Amino acid sequence: MTDVTDIRAEIDVLPGLDPRAPLLDVDDLHVEFRTRDGVAKAVNGASFRLAAGETLAILGESGCGKSVTAQAIMGILDTPPGYVTGGQVRYRGVDLLKTPEKQRRKVRANRIAMIFQDALSALNPVYSVGFQLGELFRKHRGTSRHEAKRRSVELLDQVKIPDARSRVDDYPHQFSGGMRQRVMIAMALALDPEVLIADEPTTALDVTVQAQIMGLLAELQHQRNMGLILITHDMGVVADVADRISVMYAGKVVEEAPVYDIYGRPAHPYTKALLESIPRLDMKGRQLNVIRGLPPALTDIPAGCAFNPRCGYARDVCRQDPPPPAYQIAPHRFARCHFVREVLGV
Amino acid sequence: MSDVVLETRNLVKHFPITRGIVLKTKVGAVRAVDGVDLQLRRGETLGVVGESGCGKSTLAKLLVGLERPNLGSIEVRGQDMARLGGQALRRARRNIQMVLQDPYTSLNPRMTVGDIVGEPFEIHRDAAPRAGRERAVRELLDIVGLNPDHINRYPHQFSGGQRQRIGIARALALKPEIIVCDEPVSALDVSIQAQVINLLERLQNELGLSYIFIAHDLSVVRHIADRVAVMYLGKIVETGNDEEIYEQPTHPYTQALLSAVPVPDPRLRGRRDPIVLEGDVPSPADPPSGCRFRTRCWKAQDVCAEQEPHLEPRRRSPHPSACHFAEVRNVIRRY
Amino acid sequence: MSDFNLVTSVEAPGGVPTEPRRPDRSGKPRSLAGDAWLDLRRNKIFWVSAVLVAVVLLMAAWPSLFTSADPRQCALSRAHRGAGGSAFFGYDFQGCDVYARTIYGARNSIVVGVFATALAGVIGLIVGLAAGYYGRWLDAILSRFVDIMLGIPFLLGAIVLARRLSGPHDTGVVAVTVTLGVLGWTTGARVMRSAVIASKNQDYVAAARMLGAGPVRLMVRHILPNSIASFIVVLTILLGINIASEATLSYLGVGLKGDAISWGIAISDAGPYVRTNPGPLVWPSVFLGVTVLAFIMLGDAVRDAFDPKLR
Repeated sequence: MTDVTDIRAEIDVLPGLDPRAPLLDVDDLHVEFRTRDGVAKAVNGASFRLAAGETLAILGESGCGKSVTAQAIMGILDTPPGYVTGGQVRYRGVDLLKTPEKQRRKVRANRIAMIFQDALSALNPVYSVGFQLGELFRKHRGTSRHEAKRRSVELLDQVKIPDARSRVDDYPHQFSGGMRQRVMIAMALALDPEVLIADEPTTALDVTVQAQIMGLLAELQHQRNMGLILITHDMGVVADVADRISVMYAGKVVEEAPVYDIYGRPAHPYTKALLESIPRLDMKGRQLNVIRGLPPALTDIPAGCAFNPRCGYARDVCRQDPPPPAYQIAPHRFARCHFVREVLGV
Repeated sequence: MSDVVLETRNLVKHFPITRGIVLKTKVGAVRAVDGVDLQLRRGETLGVVGESGCGKSTLAKLLVGLERPNLGSIEVRGQDMARLGGQALRRARRNIQMVLQDPYTSLNPRMTVGDIVGEPFEIHRDAAPRAGRERAVRELLDIVGLNPDHINRYPHQFSGGQRQRIGIARALALKPEIIVCDEPVSALDVSIQAQVINLLERLQNELGLSYIFIAHDLSVVRHIADRVAVMYLGKIVETGNDEEIYEQPTHPYTQALLSAVPVPDPRLRGRRDPIVLEGDVPSPADPPSGCRFRTRCWKAQDVCAEQEPHLEPRRRSPHPSACHFAEVRNVIRRY
Repeated sequence: MSDFNLVTSVEAPGGVPTEPRRPDRSGKPRSLAGDAWLDLRRNKIFWVSAVLVAVVLLMAAWPSLFTSADPRQCALSRAHRGAGGSAFFGYDFQGCDVYARTIYGARNSIVVGVFATALAGVIGLIVGLAAGYYGRWLDAILSRFVDIMLGIPFLLGAIVLARRLSGPHDTGVVAVTVTLGVLGWTTGARVMRSAVIASKNQDYVAAARMLGAGPVRLMVRHILPNSIASFIVVLTILLGINIASEATLSYLGVGLKGDAISWGIAISDAGPYVRTNPGPLVWPSVFLGVTVLAFIMLGDAVRDAFDPKLR
């Protein structure tokens, strides 16, 4: 196992890092996409925090802004057409959005890493897996080729790829889907990041493989005391691994709570409706509740609460600006709804 | 049984693997579907579950005639569809239709919705009177919950869930008895899945349809299916009704599959004891001898490599199961 | 909290799609062509090239709109004279009005270009469609044929063919047209073939097959409309190339003959005198270059507008 402390000490990635500040602190993030059809407000004030060793799940359906948020944090947003128009992304106290790209590049992979849904397109098909892994070491740590290869094999072992020594020279297409995902995880963890963002890591995988990969992620996170942001729409996976959940809808975090609270007693109508609409393995013959209507077009988000056209609790106040503020329900719990009491049933 | 609407016997489909540019020689075969026996009864939904590579998509294509089987029969209304051709096949097709998985590629982007849903009538002139064709199309749109006035719109003007409804309307046009649903909700958002699932159930009740519902999502299948068949590497390893498969699974693969599905209840953390399978699925071009699952199975013995277990009821499994050591094990944990 | 159970499964009427999209204000159906037009309308390059093409076509159809001079009325006494009166570009070595020759030259250049492209288009479409749809041995044979055709050096083949095809008294228009058509279909065929192969495997084609559609319906209704876009764009580019090729062949002396006027001939004739009188070379060249460029730009703009992926 590579010695974490000496690597950390070597790299003075950013000036002003405060080891006592929260690991990651996203504050009121706004991201727009300027398209021919208008301005799509992809993220409208997303805020959340991540501590070391914690797993935060960002839950939402397509178009809610969860992937865009991750890209904005990593600094890999497609610009144009995407623009970060407000907010802060503080990594240990330093706002990454105001950091020049050159330094930001050092943070990427070294401190904050990301894995994606489709490993096949995230890995370069013309280079061997060992080469791609080794490149990370050679470039960021200046290790020799020999040493880089050694560390690559070690990494592949850590992600439980059998026979790592001989597989290190294989190409991405020679691995199965689950194995490729492990390779991608290995690449993300190569430089011992403090934060790992996993964007739908198991959505494209079979359920048995999914279980393996999630187990692996949990184990690695625990070993390294990493913060993990899990972006997904799968409420089953989230229930298994998350400590806290942020539910996103139309670019805002509409509810944030510890995992037991979200499933037990959701405080936001959207969360509640979502939970009631998913078919469950342990139940049969239940009428699936339906959320009528469709998520809004991001170029045309309704005034007031974005969920109001589909919400059974909506009243006039919900249809007017300003949108509902974050009502605090408990020390680590809030929901953006004027009628949280009703939703909770108090 | 007279109310069996579809029955397959020993359905086999191999895809040859060839080499060579001008003259191709066969060097092997992907045994996508390797001997499948199924029965579908009137008004019921048969769920077919399995992971990628198990052959369920190929099975779907065989059932609707998009692929020809190498061996075996598909009996619908007394006719073996696999042996039909030309006009007879065209007529037979009217009785078994399919809803495809991807709502973004299953509709011709250059045809209006009216044309798409009306195409079955153009191909089968006798299925709807010419004068009433537009009316028939409007009715279909209405049945699936779309606004009939949108008949002249193009697919790209609709959302994913709506497009899937258009696909369903198209499948209903010829008034089939049987609809094969190939992962109809996998590409949709969670909250839209519920809408489409409810629609399919409602249509089944109103129109007396029988479904073969193919999916990888066991929770969805549990919700909608009356009976379930579990597929692995081209073969069915277990069949049964809802209670039998989900609460009393007897085949190790079914048990592993069920235990791997995450249940949205965090209180179960640490109480679940998931069966984690080792290794990867073997290649369908080169399946293991005997029982195909033996390379990943914790119960495997010598006999598993020598004798292929048939899908039949066994001493400890009242419902058909293809395992020499089939035994009930409830893996779904509840709080 | 059961009052929240909404069991209706009907979408909100006039269902607003989820992707960011121009709101459908008029309620009228919008086709892909309609969408494409809306995009083209806003594209400056489209307008510039469309106007240029329109002007050139007008020039070809009604040259008298642009000049009252007669391009064949040449007087040696005026040879090499500079611009004067209505002869904006001066006179060439034979005393012909360069401007008039340039204007009148448009017709032959355009006619040859258009018909050669049409011929190439028809051959390419049939070959590409057949190879892509039927595949296997037909595809193998046709593709090898295409490869062989591509192996023929264009200029050599054109010279040989043009010479063979033209009789001693022809103007050479037909010969050049056929030559360019026969040598130029290959790219279109390839493009069509790959587009057809891509279309063939689409889900909606499988859906139509499953409904019982036969090969004709599949090809005409489903595959062709979805694979022809890039083919058409190749054709517009080919048009530009053919116009330029005619000029090349005429310059080499194997294209148009007799007293036919075209840009190529004008350039060819003006060659030896370029040092003393560059006008007769420069002006037709400019017209030629601008026309070719305009067609290519038009083809690009149309391709982009019809590409649904670029929305």
